[in-house]
Amino acid sequence: MTATERERGDHMIEARGLEKRYGDRLAVHDLSFTVRPGRVTGFLGPNGAGKSTTMRMILGLDRPTRGEVRVNGRRYRDAVAPMHEVGVLLEARAVHTGRTAAKHLLALAQTHGISRRRVDEVIDMVGLTDVARKRAGGFSLGMGQRLGIASALLGDPATLILDEPVNGLDPEGIRWIRSLLRDLAAEGRTVFLSSHLMSEMALTATHLVVVGRGRLIAETTVDEVIAGASPAAVHVRTPQSAALRDVLAGTGVTVTATAADTLEVTGRTSVEIGEAARAAGLVLHELTPMQVSLEDAFMDLTRDAVEYATIGAEVQA
Amino acid sequence: MTAQVNQTIGATAPAAGQVTQLRVLRSEWTKLTSLRSTVWTLAAALAFTVLLGAVLSRVTANDWPHYSAASMRTFDATATSLSGMYLAQLAIGVLGVLVISGEYATGMIRATLGVVPRRLPVLWAKVAVFAVACFGLMVVANLVAFTMGQAMLSSRHLDVALSDPGVLRAVLGTALFVTGIGVLGLALGTLLRNTPAAIAVLFGVLLVLPQIVGALPQRLARIGDYLPSTSGDALMQVVRTPDLPSPAHGLIVLLAYLVVTLAAAAVLLVRRDA
Repeated sequence: MTATERERGDHMIEARGLEKRYGDRLAVHDLSFTVRPGRVTGFLGPNGAGKSTTMRMILGLDRPTRGEVRVNGRRYRDAVAPMHEVGVLLEARAVHTGRTAAKHLLALAQTHGISRRRVDEVIDMVGLTDVARKRAGGFSLGMGQRLGIASALLGDPATLILDEPVNGLDPEGIRWIRSLLRDLAAEGRTVFLSSHLMSEMALTATHLVVVGRGRLIAETTVDEVIAGASPAAVHVRTPQSAALRDVLAGTGVTVTATAADTLEVTGRTSVEIGEAARAAGLVLHELTPMQVSLEDAFMDLTRDAVEYATIGAEVQA
Repeated sequence: MTAQVNQTIGATAPAAGQVTQLRVLRSEWTKLTSLRSTVWTLAAALAFTVLLGAVLSRVTANDWPHYSAASMRTFDATATSLSGMYLAQLAIGVLGVLVISGEYATGMIRATLGVVPRRLPVLWAKVAVFAVACFGLMVVANLVAFTMGQAMLSSRHLDVALSDPGVLRAVLGTALFVTGIGVLGLALGTLLRNTPAAIAVLFGVLLVLPQIVGALPQRLARIGDYLPSTSGDALMQVVRTPDLPSPAHGLIVLLAYLVVTLAAAAVLLVRRDA
Protein backbone atom coordinates (compact mmCIF):
# COMPACT_ATOMS: atom_id res chain seq x y z
CA MET A 1 0.00 0.00 0.00
CA THR A 2 1.70 3.14 -1.17
CA ALA A 3 1.02 6.66 0.01
CA THR A 4 -0.68 7.59 -3.24
CA GLU A 5 -3.04 4.67 -3.00
CA ARG A 6 -3.90 5.74 0.52
CA GLU A 7 -4.60 9.29 -0.60
CA ARG A 8 -6.95 8.02 -3.27
CA GLY A 9 -9.01 6.77 -0.38
CA ASP A 10 -10.18 3.58 -2.07
CA HIS A 11 -9.67 1.41 0.97
CA MET A 12 -12.70 0.75 3.09
CA ILE A 13 -14.54 -1.99 4.89
CA GLU A 14 -17.81 -3.07 3.32
CA ALA A 15 -20.12 -5.56 5.00
CA ARG A 16 -23.07 -6.82 2.96
CA GLY A 17 -25.79 -8.98 4.49
CA LEU A 18 -23.43 -10.51 7.05
CA GLU A 19 -24.91 -13.30 9.11
CA LYS A 20 -23.31 -15.54 11.71
CA ARG A 21 -25.07 -18.41 13.36
CA TYR A 22 -23.57 -20.50 16.18
CA GLY A 23 -25.78 -23.55 16.45
CA ASP A 24 -29.27 -22.09 16.87
CA ARG A 25 -28.00 -18.76 18.23
CA LEU A 26 -27.97 -15.93 15.73
CA ALA A 27 -24.99 -13.73 16.68
CA VAL A 28 -25.11 -11.40 13.67
CA HIS A 29 -28.14 -10.91 11.43
CA ASP A 30 -28.23 -9.27 7.98
CA LEU A 31 -25.60 -6.69 8.87
CA SER A 32 -24.55 -4.21 6.17
CA PHE A 33 -22.37 -1.16 6.69
CA THR A 34 -19.46 0.72 5.19
CA VAL A 35 -16.43 2.07 7.03
CA ARG A 36 -14.67 4.82 5.12
CA PRO A 37 -11.08 6.07 5.26
CA GLY A 38 -9.87 9.30 6.79
CA ARG A 39 -11.96 9.19 9.90
CA VAL A 40 -12.44 7.23 13.08
CA THR A 41 -15.55 5.08 12.92
CA GLY A 42 -16.90 3.63 16.13
CA PHE A 43 -18.59 0.24 16.27
CA LEU A 44 -21.02 0.74 19.11
CA GLY A 45 -23.32 -1.67 20.85
CA PRO A 46 -23.92 -3.31 24.20
CA ASN A 47 -21.92 -6.39 25.16
CA GLY A 48 -23.12 -9.38 23.21
CA ALA A 49 -24.35 -7.29 20.28
CA GLY A 50 -22.08 -9.14 17.85
CA LYS A 51 -19.24 -6.62 17.58
CA SER A 52 -16.38 -9.06 18.18
CA THR A 53 -17.98 -11.67 15.95
CA THR A 54 -18.29 -9.11 13.15
CA MET A 55 -14.66 -8.06 13.57
CA ARG A 56 -13.56 -11.70 13.44
CA MET A 57 -15.54 -12.12 10.22
CA ILE A 58 -13.86 -9.05 8.70
CA LEU A 59 -10.51 -10.73 9.42
CA GLY A 60 -11.56 -14.10 8.09
CA LEU A 61 -11.09 -15.69 11.52
CA ASP A 62 -14.78 -16.63 11.55
CA ARG A 63 -16.60 -17.59 8.39
CA PRO A 64 -19.93 -15.81 7.81
CA THR A 65 -22.95 -18.11 7.61
CA ARG A 66 -24.27 -15.78 4.91
CA GLY A 67 -23.20 -12.55 3.24
CA GLU A 68 -19.68 -11.26 2.90
CA VAL A 69 -17.34 -8.55 4.03
CA ARG A 70 -14.69 -6.95 1.86
CA VAL A 71 -11.63 -5.00 2.86
CA ASN A 72 -10.21 -2.79 0.13
CA GLY A 73 -12.50 -4.44 -2.35
CA ARG A 74 -11.65 -8.07 -1.62
CA ARG A 75 -11.96 -10.67 1.07
CA TYR A 76 -9.24 -10.25 3.69
CA ARG A 77 -8.26 -13.89 3.17
CA ASP A 78 -7.25 -13.05 -0.41
CA ALA A 79 -4.94 -10.18 0.57
CA VAL A 80 -1.32 -10.73 -0.54
CA ALA A 81 0.12 -8.63 2.29
CA PRO A 82 -2.52 -8.76 5.05
CA MET A 83 -0.46 -6.91 7.67
CA HIS A 84 -0.02 -3.93 5.36
CA GLU A 85 -3.72 -3.80 4.60
CA VAL A 86 -5.16 -4.31 8.06
CA GLY A 87 -3.69 -3.94 11.54
CA VAL A 88 -5.64 -5.76 14.19
CA LEU A 89 -6.14 -5.57 17.92
CA LEU A 90 -8.53 -8.24 19.14
CA GLU A 91 -10.35 -7.97 22.43
CA ALA A 92 -9.20 -11.25 23.90
CA ARG A 93 -5.44 -11.32 24.23
CA ALA A 94 -3.74 -13.05 21.33
CA VAL A 95 -0.19 -13.53 22.64
CA HIS A 96 1.63 -16.67 23.76
CA THR A 97 2.28 -16.07 27.46
CA GLY A 98 5.67 -17.78 27.37
CA ARG A 99 7.20 -15.56 24.70
CA THR A 100 8.78 -12.12 25.15
CA ALA A 101 7.09 -9.09 23.62
CA ALA A 102 10.00 -8.58 21.24
CA LYS A 103 10.00 -12.19 19.98
CA HIS A 104 6.22 -12.14 19.64
CA LEU A 105 6.38 -9.08 17.41
CA LEU A 106 9.38 -10.44 15.51
CA ALA A 107 7.53 -13.68 14.72
CA LEU A 108 4.56 -11.71 13.37
CA ALA A 109 6.84 -9.34 11.43
CA GLN A 110 8.78 -12.18 9.79
CA THR A 111 5.67 -13.52 8.05
CA HIS A 112 5.77 -10.37 5.90
CA GLY A 113 9.51 -9.86 5.81
CA ILE A 114 9.19 -6.79 8.05
CA SER A 115 12.55 -5.75 9.52
CA ARG A 116 13.76 -6.00 13.13
CA ARG A 117 14.21 -2.25 13.03
CA ARG A 118 10.51 -1.76 12.47
CA VAL A 119 9.83 -4.14 15.40
CA ASP A 120 12.00 -2.00 17.69
CA GLU A 121 10.33 1.11 16.34
CA VAL A 122 6.78 0.01 17.20
CA ILE A 123 7.97 -1.16 20.63
CA ASP A 124 9.25 2.37 21.27
CA MET A 125 6.08 3.93 19.88
CA VAL A 126 3.80 2.09 22.30
CA GLY A 127 6.17 2.62 25.22
CA LEU A 128 7.14 -1.01 25.90
CA THR A 129 10.91 -0.59 25.46
CA ASP A 130 11.71 -1.43 29.09
CA VAL A 131 9.73 -4.68 29.11
CA ALA A 132 10.30 -5.84 25.52
CA ARG A 133 12.60 -8.68 26.68
CA LYS A 134 10.15 -9.84 29.36
CA ARG A 135 7.63 -12.60 28.89
CA ALA A 136 4.19 -11.38 27.84
CA GLY A 137 2.52 -13.66 30.40
CA GLY A 138 3.54 -11.25 33.16
CA PHE A 139 2.10 -8.18 31.44
CA SER A 140 -0.73 -6.14 32.96
CA LEU A 141 -3.89 -5.67 30.94
CA GLY A 142 -2.70 -2.22 29.88
CA MET A 143 0.72 -3.51 28.75
CA GLY A 144 -1.05 -6.31 26.89
CA GLN A 145 -3.16 -3.71 25.06
CA ARG A 146 -0.04 -1.75 24.14
CA LEU A 147 1.58 -4.92 22.80
CA GLY A 148 -1.57 -5.60 20.77
CA ILE A 149 -1.46 -2.07 19.37
CA ALA A 150 2.22 -2.53 18.52
CA SER A 151 1.40 -5.65 16.52
CA ALA A 152 -1.42 -3.79 14.75
CA LEU A 153 0.99 -1.02 13.69
CA LEU A 154 3.83 -3.34 12.57
CA GLY A 155 2.81 -3.44 8.93
CA ASP A 156 2.02 0.31 8.69
CA PRO A 157 -1.51 -0.73 7.67
CA ALA A 158 -4.02 1.28 5.66
CA THR A 159 -6.83 0.05 7.88
CA LEU A 160 -6.91 -0.48 11.64
CA ILE A 161 -9.47 -2.66 13.36
CA LEU A 162 -9.43 -2.48 17.13
CA ASP A 163 -11.74 -4.31 19.50
CA GLU A 164 -12.24 -2.30 22.72
CA PRO A 165 -8.79 -0.68 22.52
CA VAL A 166 -9.09 1.43 25.69
CA ASN A 167 -9.92 -1.64 27.75
CA GLY A 168 -7.52 -1.86 30.68
CA LEU A 169 -5.49 1.21 29.74
CA ASP A 170 -4.67 3.80 32.39
CA PRO A 171 -5.87 7.41 31.85
CA GLU A 172 -2.56 8.40 30.23
CA GLY A 173 -2.78 5.39 27.94
CA ILE A 174 -6.37 6.19 27.01
CA ARG A 175 -5.42 9.75 26.02
CA TRP A 176 -2.48 8.40 24.05
CA ILE A 177 -4.58 5.93 22.09
CA ARG A 178 -7.25 8.54 21.33
CA SER A 179 -4.75 10.92 19.82
CA LEU A 180 -2.95 8.08 18.03
CA LEU A 181 -6.19 6.92 16.39
CA ARG A 182 -7.15 10.44 15.36
CA ASP A 183 -3.67 10.96 13.88
CA LEU A 184 -3.89 7.69 11.98
CA ALA A 185 -7.27 8.69 10.56
CA ALA A 186 -5.96 12.15 9.67
CA GLU A 187 -3.26 10.42 7.60
CA GLY A 188 -6.06 8.96 5.49
CA ARG A 189 -6.26 5.55 7.12
CA THR A 190 -9.46 3.71 7.89
CA VAL A 191 -9.89 3.36 11.65
CA PHE A 192 -12.63 1.12 13.00
CA LEU A 193 -12.89 0.53 16.71
CA SER A 194 -15.50 -1.08 18.90
CA SER A 195 -16.80 -0.05 22.28
CA HIS A 196 -19.86 -0.57 24.40
CA LEU A 197 -19.51 2.97 25.85
CA MET A 198 -21.11 5.89 23.99
CA SER A 199 -19.12 8.33 26.11
CA GLU A 200 -15.87 6.75 24.94
CA MET A 201 -17.03 6.87 21.32
CA ALA A 202 -17.91 10.56 21.61
CA LEU A 203 -14.31 11.30 22.59
CA THR A 204 -12.62 9.17 19.93
CA ALA A 205 -14.90 8.62 16.95
CA THR A 206 -16.82 10.90 14.65
CA HIS A 207 -18.84 8.29 12.77
CA LEU A 208 -20.77 5.40 14.23
CA VAL A 209 -22.03 1.98 13.24
CA VAL A 210 -24.50 1.09 15.98
CA VAL A 211 -25.57 -2.52 16.52
CA GLY A 212 -27.84 -4.30 18.98
CA ARG A 213 -28.53 -8.03 19.18
CA GLY A 214 -26.57 -8.65 16.02
CA ARG A 215 -28.56 -6.22 13.89
CA LEU A 216 -27.69 -2.82 12.48
CA ILE A 217 -29.46 -0.04 14.38
CA ALA A 218 -27.91 2.97 12.71
CA GLU A 219 -25.06 4.22 10.57
CA THR A 220 -24.73 7.74 11.86
CA THR A 221 -22.40 10.33 13.39
CA VAL A 222 -21.75 11.17 17.01
CA ASP A 223 -23.17 14.67 16.43
CA GLU A 224 -26.44 13.31 15.04
CA VAL A 225 -26.92 11.00 17.99
CA ILE A 226 -26.52 13.85 20.44
CA ALA A 227 -28.76 16.21 18.43
CA GLY A 228 -31.44 13.59 18.01
CA ALA A 229 -31.72 12.74 21.67
CA SER A 230 -35.00 13.64 23.41
CA PRO A 231 -34.88 17.15 24.90
CA ALA A 232 -33.75 17.60 28.45
CA ALA A 233 -36.29 18.03 31.23
CA VAL A 234 -36.22 20.73 33.93
CA HIS A 235 -36.77 19.68 37.51
CA VAL A 236 -38.95 22.23 39.39
CA ARG A 237 -39.94 22.26 43.08
CA THR A 238 -42.68 24.67 44.16
CA PRO A 239 -45.38 24.70 46.88
CA GLN A 240 -47.75 26.08 44.20
CA SER A 241 -47.34 23.28 41.69
CA ALA A 242 -50.96 23.32 40.44
CA ALA A 243 -50.74 27.04 39.67
CA LEU A 244 -47.37 26.73 37.95
CA ARG A 245 -48.76 23.89 35.85
CA ASP A 246 -51.49 26.19 34.49
CA VAL A 247 -49.00 28.98 33.82
CA LEU A 248 -46.65 26.70 31.85
CA ALA A 249 -49.35 24.90 29.84
CA GLY A 250 -48.99 25.36 26.09
CA THR A 251 -48.17 23.55 22.87
CA GLY A 252 -45.04 21.41 22.95
CA VAL A 253 -44.85 21.55 26.75
CA THR A 254 -45.15 18.48 28.93
CA VAL A 255 -45.52 18.85 32.68
CA THR A 256 -45.40 15.78 34.87
CA ALA A 257 -45.93 15.84 38.63
CA THR A 258 -43.42 13.50 40.23
CA ALA A 259 -44.42 14.44 43.81
CA ALA A 260 -46.88 16.86 45.47
CA ASP A 261 -44.47 19.79 45.12
CA THR A 262 -42.30 18.57 42.24
CA LEU A 263 -42.72 18.89 38.48
CA GLU A 264 -40.69 17.64 35.51
CA VAL A 265 -41.04 20.05 32.61
CA THR A 266 -39.99 19.49 29.02
CA GLY A 267 -40.42 21.99 26.21
CA ARG A 268 -39.45 25.03 28.30
CA THR A 269 -35.98 26.05 29.36
CA SER A 270 -35.16 26.77 33.00
CA VAL A 271 -34.90 30.49 32.08
CA GLU A 272 -38.41 30.51 30.61
CA ILE A 273 -39.85 28.66 33.62
CA GLY A 274 -38.19 31.00 36.11
CA GLU A 275 -39.44 34.11 34.34
CA ALA A 276 -42.99 32.74 33.92
CA ALA A 277 -43.11 31.91 37.64
CA ARG A 278 -41.95 35.40 38.58
CA ALA A 279 -44.53 37.04 36.25
CA ALA A 280 -47.31 34.97 37.88
CA GLY A 281 -45.96 35.68 41.39
CA LEU A 282 -45.22 32.02 42.12
CA VAL A 283 -42.52 30.80 44.54
CA LEU A 284 -39.85 28.38 43.32
CA HIS A 285 -37.78 26.26 45.74
CA GLU A 286 -35.72 24.57 43.10
CA LEU A 287 -35.11 24.93 39.37
CA THR A 288 -32.66 22.38 37.91
CA PRO A 289 -32.02 21.69 34.20
CA MET A 290 -31.21 18.00 33.73
CA GLN A 291 -28.38 17.01 31.32
CA VAL A 292 -28.97 14.52 28.53
CA SER A 293 -26.11 12.16 29.00
CA LEU A 294 -24.49 10.54 25.99
CA GLU A 295 -25.54 7.19 27.37
CA ASP A 296 -29.18 8.42 27.43
CA ALA A 297 -28.82 9.62 23.85
CA PHE A 298 -27.52 6.20 22.92
CA MET A 299 -30.35 4.47 24.78
CA ASP A 300 -32.88 6.66 22.93
CA LEU A 301 -31.33 5.61 19.66
CA THR A 302 -31.31 1.91 20.47
CA ARG A 303 -34.56 1.51 22.43
CA ASP A 304 -36.88 0.75 19.50
CA ALA A 305 -34.44 -1.55 17.80
CA VAL A 306 -33.74 -3.47 20.97
CA GLU A 307 -37.44 -3.93 21.66
CA TYR A 308 -38.01 -5.05 18.10
CA ALA A 309 -35.11 -7.45 18.36
CA THR A 310 -36.50 -8.90 21.59
CA ILE A 311 -39.86 -9.59 19.96
CA GLY A 312 -38.10 -11.07 16.95
CA ALA A 313 -36.08 -13.39 19.16
CA GLU A 314 -39.21 -14.59 20.95
CA VAL A 315 -40.97 -15.32 17.70
CA GLN A 316 -37.98 -17.33 16.55
CA ALA A 317 -37.82 -19.28 19.80
CA MET B 1 4.08 12.52 21.54
CA THR B 2 1.59 13.16 18.76
CA ALA B 3 4.15 14.72 16.48
CA GLN B 4 6.54 11.89 17.20
CA VAL B 5 3.91 9.32 16.27
CA ASN B 6 3.30 11.07 12.98
CA GLN B 7 6.96 10.99 12.18
CA THR B 8 7.67 7.41 13.09
CA ILE B 9 4.72 5.61 11.60
CA GLY B 10 5.78 4.08 8.37
CA ALA B 11 9.30 5.45 8.53
CA THR B 12 10.93 2.09 7.86
CA ALA B 13 7.98 -0.12 6.97
CA PRO B 14 8.66 -2.00 3.74
CA ALA B 15 6.68 -1.06 0.67
CA ALA B 16 5.26 -4.40 -0.31
CA GLY B 17 6.11 -7.22 2.09
CA GLN B 18 4.00 -10.14 0.99
CA VAL B 19 3.41 -13.36 2.86
CA THR B 20 5.53 -16.18 1.46
CA GLN B 21 5.99 -19.75 2.65
CA LEU B 22 9.67 -19.02 3.34
CA ARG B 23 8.79 -16.03 5.52
CA VAL B 24 6.24 -18.05 7.46
CA LEU B 25 8.91 -20.71 7.97
CA ARG B 26 11.23 -18.09 9.44
CA SER B 27 8.44 -16.85 11.70
CA GLU B 28 7.68 -20.36 12.95
CA TRP B 29 11.37 -20.95 13.62
CA THR B 30 11.40 -17.83 15.79
CA LYS B 31 8.31 -19.06 17.61
CA LEU B 32 9.73 -22.53 18.21
CA THR B 33 13.06 -21.30 19.53
CA SER B 34 11.70 -18.44 21.65
CA LEU B 35 9.82 -20.60 24.14
CA ARG B 36 11.61 -22.01 27.15
CA SER B 37 9.34 -25.05 27.15
CA THR B 38 10.66 -26.02 23.69
CA VAL B 39 14.26 -25.87 24.80
CA TRP B 40 13.58 -27.85 27.97
CA THR B 41 11.52 -30.50 26.22
CA LEU B 42 14.13 -30.99 23.50
CA ALA B 43 16.84 -31.23 26.17
CA ALA B 44 14.74 -33.82 28.03
CA ALA B 45 14.32 -35.89 24.85
CA LEU B 46 18.07 -35.80 24.30
CA ALA B 47 18.81 -36.78 27.91
CA PHE B 48 16.25 -39.64 27.90
CA THR B 49 17.67 -41.07 24.70
CA VAL B 50 21.28 -41.01 25.85
CA LEU B 51 20.82 -42.00 29.48
CA LEU B 52 18.23 -44.74 29.07
CA GLY B 53 20.20 -46.26 26.18
CA ALA B 54 23.39 -46.27 28.23
CA VAL B 55 21.75 -47.68 31.37
CA LEU B 56 19.94 -50.49 29.52
CA SER B 57 23.11 -51.39 27.65
CA ARG B 58 25.04 -51.54 30.91
CA VAL B 59 22.39 -53.65 32.65
CA THR B 60 22.25 -56.02 29.68
CA ALA B 61 26.03 -56.46 29.70
CA ASN B 62 25.98 -57.25 33.42
CA ASP B 63 23.07 -59.67 33.12
CA TRP B 64 24.23 -61.41 29.91
CA PRO B 65 25.28 -64.77 31.56
CA HIS B 66 21.69 -65.25 32.77
CA TYR B 67 20.15 -64.82 29.30
CA SER B 68 18.46 -67.88 27.71
CA ALA B 69 19.88 -69.26 24.47
CA ALA B 70 16.82 -67.96 22.57
CA SER B 71 17.21 -64.47 24.04
CA MET B 72 20.89 -64.47 23.12
CA ARG B 73 20.04 -65.44 19.54
CA THR B 74 17.60 -62.58 19.02
CA PHE B 75 19.60 -60.00 21.01
CA ASP B 76 19.76 -56.69 19.16
CA ALA B 77 22.69 -54.57 20.32
CA THR B 78 21.61 -51.58 18.22
CA ALA B 79 17.99 -51.54 19.44
CA THR B 80 19.12 -51.95 23.06
CA SER B 81 21.33 -48.88 22.87
CA LEU B 82 18.54 -46.89 21.18
CA SER B 83 15.77 -47.84 23.60
CA GLY B 84 15.72 -44.36 25.14
CA MET B 85 13.42 -43.75 22.20
CA TYR B 86 10.50 -45.08 24.25
CA LEU B 87 10.73 -42.09 26.59
CA ALA B 88 11.94 -39.58 24.01
CA GLN B 89 8.87 -40.23 21.82
CA LEU B 90 6.63 -39.11 24.67
CA ALA B 91 8.56 -35.86 25.22
CA ILE B 92 8.69 -35.09 21.49
CA GLY B 93 5.04 -36.07 21.05
CA VAL B 94 3.98 -33.64 23.79
CA LEU B 95 6.11 -30.91 22.24
CA GLY B 96 4.49 -31.55 18.86
CA VAL B 97 1.05 -31.13 20.44
CA LEU B 98 2.13 -27.92 22.18
CA VAL B 99 3.53 -26.34 19.00
CA ILE B 100 -0.07 -25.63 18.00
CA SER B 101 -2.26 -26.32 21.05
CA GLY B 102 -0.23 -23.77 23.02
CA GLU B 103 -1.38 -21.17 20.50
CA TYR B 104 -5.01 -22.18 20.95
CA ALA B 105 -4.67 -22.13 24.75
CA THR B 106 -3.17 -18.62 24.85
CA GLY B 107 -5.14 -17.06 21.98
CA MET B 108 -1.95 -16.61 19.92
CA ILE B 109 -3.58 -18.59 17.11
CA ARG B 110 -5.82 -15.61 16.30
CA ALA B 111 -2.76 -13.40 15.85
CA THR B 112 -1.07 -16.11 13.78
CA LEU B 113 -4.02 -16.74 11.47
CA GLY B 114 -4.83 -13.02 11.43
CA VAL B 115 -1.56 -12.22 9.69
CA VAL B 116 -1.57 -15.35 7.50
CA PRO B 117 -5.28 -15.62 6.71
CA ARG B 118 -4.73 -18.37 4.13
CA ARG B 119 -3.76 -20.50 7.14
CA LEU B 120 -2.21 -23.52 5.39
CA PRO B 121 1.27 -21.94 5.13
CA VAL B 122 1.21 -21.82 8.94
CA LEU B 123 0.53 -25.55 9.28
CA TRP B 124 3.15 -26.55 6.72
CA ALA B 125 5.71 -24.21 8.31
CA LYS B 126 5.04 -25.59 11.78
CA VAL B 127 5.41 -29.17 10.53
CA ALA B 128 8.59 -28.43 8.58
CA VAL B 129 10.35 -26.40 11.26
CA PHE B 130 9.42 -28.79 14.02
CA ALA B 131 10.32 -31.91 12.01
CA VAL B 132 13.71 -30.55 10.97
CA ALA B 133 14.58 -29.48 14.52
CA CYS B 134 13.48 -32.82 16.01
CA PHE B 135 15.13 -34.97 13.39
CA GLY B 136 18.43 -33.10 13.69
CA LEU B 137 18.40 -33.38 17.45
CA MET B 138 17.33 -37.03 17.48
CA VAL B 139 20.03 -38.06 14.99
CA VAL B 140 22.62 -36.55 17.31
CA ALA B 141 20.97 -38.08 20.38
CA ASN B 142 20.81 -41.54 18.78
CA LEU B 143 24.40 -41.40 17.58
CA VAL B 144 25.56 -40.52 21.09
CA ALA B 145 23.31 -43.16 22.66
CA PHE B 146 24.49 -45.78 20.15
CA THR B 147 28.17 -44.98 20.76
CA MET B 148 27.80 -45.03 24.54
CA GLY B 149 25.64 -48.15 24.49
CA GLN B 150 28.07 -50.08 22.30
CA ALA B 151 30.90 -49.09 24.62
CA MET B 152 28.93 -50.61 27.52
CA LEU B 153 28.18 -53.78 25.54
CA SER B 154 31.77 -54.20 24.39
CA SER B 155 32.73 -55.72 27.76
CA ARG B 156 30.82 -58.84 26.61
CA HIS B 157 31.88 -58.39 22.96
CA LEU B 158 28.22 -57.84 22.10
CA ASP B 159 28.82 -54.51 20.42
CA VAL B 160 28.19 -53.73 16.76
CA ALA B 161 29.61 -51.02 14.54
CA LEU B 162 27.73 -48.22 12.77
CA SER B 163 29.05 -49.63 9.50
CA ASP B 164 27.52 -53.07 10.13
CA PRO B 165 24.56 -53.92 7.86
CA GLY B 166 21.32 -52.23 8.91
CA VAL B 167 22.81 -50.36 11.89
CA LEU B 168 22.94 -46.87 10.40
CA ARG B 169 19.46 -47.42 8.99
CA ALA B 170 18.22 -48.27 12.50
CA VAL B 171 19.88 -45.20 14.04
CA LEU B 172 18.36 -42.86 11.43
CA GLY B 173 15.07 -44.79 11.35
CA THR B 174 14.63 -44.36 15.10
CA ALA B 175 15.24 -40.61 14.81
CA LEU B 176 12.71 -40.52 12.00
CA PHE B 177 10.17 -42.43 14.07
CA VAL B 178 10.46 -40.11 17.07
CA THR B 179 10.14 -37.11 14.72
CA GLY B 180 7.10 -38.76 13.16
CA ILE B 181 5.46 -39.13 16.58
CA GLY B 182 6.11 -35.44 17.18
CA VAL B 183 4.42 -34.56 13.88
CA LEU B 184 1.55 -36.90 14.78
CA GLY B 185 1.21 -34.90 18.02
CA LEU B 186 1.18 -31.67 16.01
CA ALA B 187 -1.57 -33.01 13.75
CA LEU B 188 -3.61 -34.16 16.78
CA GLY B 189 -3.11 -30.77 18.43
CA THR B 190 -4.42 -29.07 15.27
CA LEU B 191 -7.42 -31.41 15.08
CA LEU B 192 -8.37 -31.22 18.78
CA ARG B 193 -7.14 -27.65 19.58
CA ASN B 194 -6.77 -28.71 23.20
CA THR B 195 -3.55 -29.74 24.93
CA PRO B 196 -4.80 -32.39 27.41
CA ALA B 197 -7.12 -33.99 24.86
CA ALA B 198 -4.43 -34.24 22.19
CA ILE B 199 -1.85 -35.64 24.65
CA ALA B 200 -4.39 -38.18 25.94
CA VAL B 201 -5.14 -39.40 22.42
CA LEU B 202 -1.45 -39.55 21.49
CA PHE B 203 -0.48 -41.48 24.63
CA GLY B 204 -3.50 -43.73 24.17
CA VAL B 205 -2.34 -44.61 20.66
CA LEU B 206 1.29 -45.13 21.71
CA LEU B 207 0.85 -46.85 25.09
CA VAL B 208 -2.67 -48.23 25.48
CA LEU B 209 -3.55 -49.49 22.00
CA PRO B 210 -0.57 -51.91 21.90
CA GLN B 211 -1.78 -53.43 25.20
CA ILE B 212 -5.31 -53.90 23.85
CA VAL B 213 -4.06 -55.43 20.60
CA GLY B 214 -1.73 -57.67 22.61
CA ALA B 215 -4.74 -59.11 24.43
CA LEU B 216 -6.48 -60.05 21.17
CA PRO B 217 -6.66 -63.71 20.07
CA GLN B 218 -3.73 -65.00 18.02
CA ARG B 219 -5.44 -64.79 14.61
CA LEU B 220 -6.04 -61.02 15.13
CA ALA B 221 -2.60 -60.26 16.54
CA ARG B 222 -1.36 -58.99 13.13
CA ILE B 223 -3.48 -55.87 13.65
CA GLY B 224 -0.56 -54.79 15.81
CA ASP B 225 1.59 -54.43 12.67
CA TYR B 226 -0.52 -51.43 11.74
CA LEU B 227 -0.02 -49.47 14.97
CA PRO B 228 2.38 -46.51 15.01
CA SER B 229 4.16 -47.95 18.06
CA THR B 230 5.02 -51.10 16.09
CA SER B 231 6.52 -48.89 13.37
CA GLY B 232 9.03 -47.67 15.95
CA ASP B 233 10.11 -51.20 16.87
CA ALA B 234 10.26 -52.16 13.20
CA LEU B 235 12.42 -49.17 12.28
CA MET B 236 14.74 -49.72 15.27
CA GLN B 237 15.44 -53.43 14.70
CA VAL B 238 18.62 -54.76 13.11
CA VAL B 239 18.20 -58.42 14.14
CA ARG B 240 14.97 -59.49 12.43
CA THR B 241 12.42 -61.60 14.36
CA PRO B 242 9.11 -63.04 13.12
CA ASP B 243 7.26 -60.92 15.74
CA LEU B 244 7.91 -57.65 13.94
CA PRO B 245 7.15 -56.40 10.43
CA SER B 246 10.00 -55.15 8.21
CA PRO B 247 11.46 -51.64 8.61
CA ALA B 248 9.97 -50.70 5.23
CA HIS B 249 6.54 -51.80 6.44
CA GLY B 250 7.03 -49.76 9.61
CA LEU B 251 8.00 -46.69 7.63
CA ILE B 252 4.98 -46.95 5.33
CA VAL B 253 2.57 -47.38 8.26
CA LEU B 254 4.07 -44.36 10.04
CA LEU B 255 3.86 -42.21 6.92
CA ALA B 256 0.26 -43.32 6.31
CA TYR B 257 -0.72 -42.14 9.79
CA LEU B 258 0.98 -38.80 9.16
CA VAL B 259 -0.56 -38.25 5.75
CA VAL B 260 -4.07 -39.02 6.99
CA THR B 261 -3.90 -36.97 10.20
CA LEU B 262 -2.17 -34.01 8.53
CA ALA B 263 -4.67 -33.98 5.68
CA ALA B 264 -7.55 -33.95 8.17
CA ALA B 265 -5.79 -31.23 10.20
CA ALA B 266 -5.29 -29.10 7.07
CA VAL B 267 -8.94 -29.39 6.01
CA LEU B 268 -10.24 -28.51 9.46
CA LEU B 269 -7.74 -25.68 9.99
CA VAL B 270 -9.01 -23.97 6.86
CA ARG B 271 -12.70 -24.69 7.45
CA ARG B 272 -13.15 -24.00 11.13
CA ASP B 273 -13.53 -20.64 12.83
CA ALA B 274 -10.35 -19.67 14.66
